[in-house]
Amino acid sequence: MNEFWPWVTLFGLGAYHGINPGMGWLFAVALGMQEKSRRGVLDALPPIALGHALSIGAVLALVWLVQAALPPKGLRYGAAAALLGFGLYRLIRSRHPAWVGMRVGFRDLTLWSFIMASAHGAGLMLLPVVFGWPQQGPHLSHAGHAAALPPGAHGLATSEPLTWLAAVAVHSAGYLIVAGLTAVLVYEKFGLAMLRRAWINLDMLWVVALMASGVLILVL
Amino acid sequence: MAQWKPDPTFYPSPRLAMLGPPEKLAYVAAFNPTKDGRPDRMTVVDLSPASPRYGTIVGKIDMPKAGDELHHFGWNACSSALCPYAPHPHVERRYLIVPGLRSSRIHILDTKPDPLNPKIVRVIEPEEVFTRARYSRLHTIHCGPEGIYVSGLGSPDGEGPGGIFLLDHFSFDVLGQWEMDRGPQYLAYDFWWHLGQDTMITSEWGTPNMIENGLVPELLLNSKYGHHLHIWDLRRRKHLQALDLGAEHQLVLELRAAHDPTKAYGFVGVVVSLKDLSSSVWVWHRENGSWSIRKVIEIPAEPADPEQLPPLLKGFKAVPPLVSDINLSLDDRVLYVSCWGTGEMRQYDVSDPFSPRLTGSVHLGGIVRRTPHPKRPSVPLNGAPQMVEVSRDGRRVYFTNSLYHAWDEQFYPEGVRSWMVKLDADPAGGLKVDPDFFVEFDGYRSHQIRLEGGDCSSDSYCYT
Repeated sequence: MNEFWPWVTLFGLGAYHGINPGMGWLFAVALGMQEKSRRGVLDALPPIALGHALSIGAVLALVWLVQAALPPKGLRYGAAAALLGFGLYRLIRSRHPAWVGMRVGFRDLTLWSFIMASAHGAGLMLLPVVFGWPQQGPHLSHAGHAAALPPGAHGLATSEPLTWLAAVAVHSAGYLIVAGLTAVLVYEKFGLAMLRRAWINLDMLWVVALMASGVLILVL
Repeated sequence: MAQWKPDPTFYPSPRLAMLGPPEKLAYVAAFNPTKDGRPDRMTVVDLSPASPRYGTIVGKIDMPKAGDELHHFGWNACSSALCPYAPHPHVERRYLIVPGLRSSRIHILDTKPDPLNPKIVRVIEPEEVFTRARYSRLHTIHCGPEGIYVSGLGSPDGEGPGGIFLLDHFSFDVLGQWEMDRGPQYLAYDFWWHLGQDTMITSEWGTPNMIENGLVPELLLNSKYGHHLHIWDLRRRKHLQALDLGAEHQLVLELRAAHDPTKAYGFVGVVVSLKDLSSSVWVWHRENGSWSIRKVIEIPAEPADPEQLPPLLKGFKAVPPLVSDINLSLDDRVLYVSCWGTGEMRQYDVSDPFSPRLTGSVHLGGIVRRTPHPKRPSVPLNGAPQMVEVSRDGRRVYFTNSLYHAWDEQFYPEGVRSWMVKLDADPAGGLKVDPDFFVEFDGYRSHQIRLEGGDCSSDSYCYT
C-alpha cells in the first residue's frame, strides 16, 4: 500500500482541481451550450487539461531543478513558505485573473487553463506529495539529512525525471476524468440550476488546502 | 467578505432568472429640478402587493451635494459573475453605483444593512474621474467580466470623444479608459454586449456641449446628433465596425441585446427621424461574420393642434412619438417601447426579431393627450412613459416619466410632474394599468428604476 499512496494522493488532488468550476469544466459546459452540442463540451476538455498539466508541470520542474542546488531542509522551508505565503495572499486578496472571451480556440483555452491553475497555485498544492517522497534508497542524494525523516518514509524516487513526469500524468488524469465527467453530466443531465446551491466557495477551501499543504511539508 | 454560497440573485441563464421570486423593492433615482440647493436622492419604492405601503416611497437617501442629476445607475455585481472564464460567484449584489449625469460624481450606495435606507459608502469626485478616465457626464453602468463598466458622454471640457471606463470590482477605484482602439467613434451614450460573442455595442447621443442646454434645433436639423451604432471586440477592446442608420435618424439611444448569449442580435431605439418625425426601433445582427442593422419598427408622429404644442414643435403641427427607452423581456420575446412624446407604452412580440407584432398599448400623459392614471382620473398627467423596467418573470412593467432636465423643459415647458406607474403584462400579449400603483415624487423627478435582485436590463448571462 505504501508505494501507492503518493499516486493516489496525486490523483485525488487532480480530482479536487477538476471538480472546481473555476478550473475548467464550467467553461467546457458553457462552450457546449454556445455551440448547442456535446461535441463543444468534449472539444474543450483536452486543451483545458493540457493547460492544467503545463501549469502543474512547470511548478514540479522548478522544484526538480532547484532541489539539485538547495539542501533539502532549505528546499522544504522554502516550499512551505511559498505555500503559506500564497495561501495567505489568496486569503487577503481573493481575486481572480481577468479574462474576457467566450470565442476561444485550442490555444486560448490551453493558455486560459494554464493561467487559472497557476494563479490558484494548483501546482504548489502537490508539493507535500513531492516532499513525502523518500530521500533514502538508491536515489538518495543528501544522505546527511535522511535522519530527519520519519522512519519508513516511503513513496517515489525523487531524482528520476520519469517519476516526475508520471506524477504530472497521474495528477492530470485525475483532473481530466473528474472535470470531464462533471462537465458532461452537468451539460447532459443536471443543468446549471444546481450551481446556485452547490457552488460552495472553493476558493476558501483552496486557501485552507494551500496552507495545510505548507504545514504538511514541515511536519512530514 | 466573500460568501460561502453564490449570491442567490445570480442566475446562470436568463431562463433561470425568470423563475426567480418576484421583486419586492425598486430603487428609483430622482433629481431635484430646482436650484434650491437640495441634493438629488435615491428613493426606495415598495412593490409588494400585499404590503400596506405598496406603491409608496418607503425609504430614501440624499446625495451629499446638490446638482448631480441622477439618471442611470447599476449594481456592483450581477449574474455575469457566474461566467465561466473568470467566475467570482461569491461576491454580493449589494452596492448601487450611482453617477451624476451632470456632475460626473459617482456614489457607491450599500443596500445590504438596510435595503430601505441605503448608505453612501464612497463618493468618487468628478476630478478623479476626469484625471483617471478622461471622460465626463456619466451614464450607463453595467457589471461585467473585467469590472464595472461606465459610459461617459464626453471629455471633461464638454467635447468628445465619449466612451467607456472601468471601475474596479472590489475597491470601485477608477481604472481608466476601456478602449484600446476607438476607430472613428466619437459620440457616446449607451453600451451593452453579447458576452457569448465577445462583442460590445455602443450607441450615440451627443457631446455634453450638444445636450446640456437643451436639444439644439440647428444641430438636429443638420443631423449632428448620433446616428451610428458601434461594434467592438469586447476582448481586445477594439473598434470593429460602425453601422450608419442614415443621417436623418437622430439620437440612437438605448441598447437591448438579446439576453440569450447564443443569439447575436439586439434592439436599439431611435428618437426621431428628420424626414417625418417618426421614431423607430432597429435590430442589429450578425450575418456571415459581419454586423448589419435594419429598421423593424416605425412609429409615426401624430398630427396635433399647434396650440397644444410647445414652441419647439409648433411649426411641425405634429407630436413626435420620441421613443426614448426600450426594454426586452428575459426570454427575448417581448419588447417594450416608451413613446415620451405621444404618451404611450407599446408592447411588441419580437419572437421573430425581424417582424415585431404590436400586442399591447397603454396611454398615459403625453404632450397632447395628457391621459390620466386610473388612480387620479381627474388629473391630466404630463411627462410620459420613459425609463421602463421589466420584472425578471416578464409580468410586471414599471416606468417613470422624466427624460433629462434640460430636455424636459423643451417638450413639457410647464415642468414635468414626476410619477412612476406599473403595468401588468399578459405573457400572451396585452397590457393593463395597475390602478393601485401610482407613485409621486414630491417635486423631484424620477428616472431609472432598478429592481431589487435584478431586472431585465441589469444582468448579462454566459449560459443558455
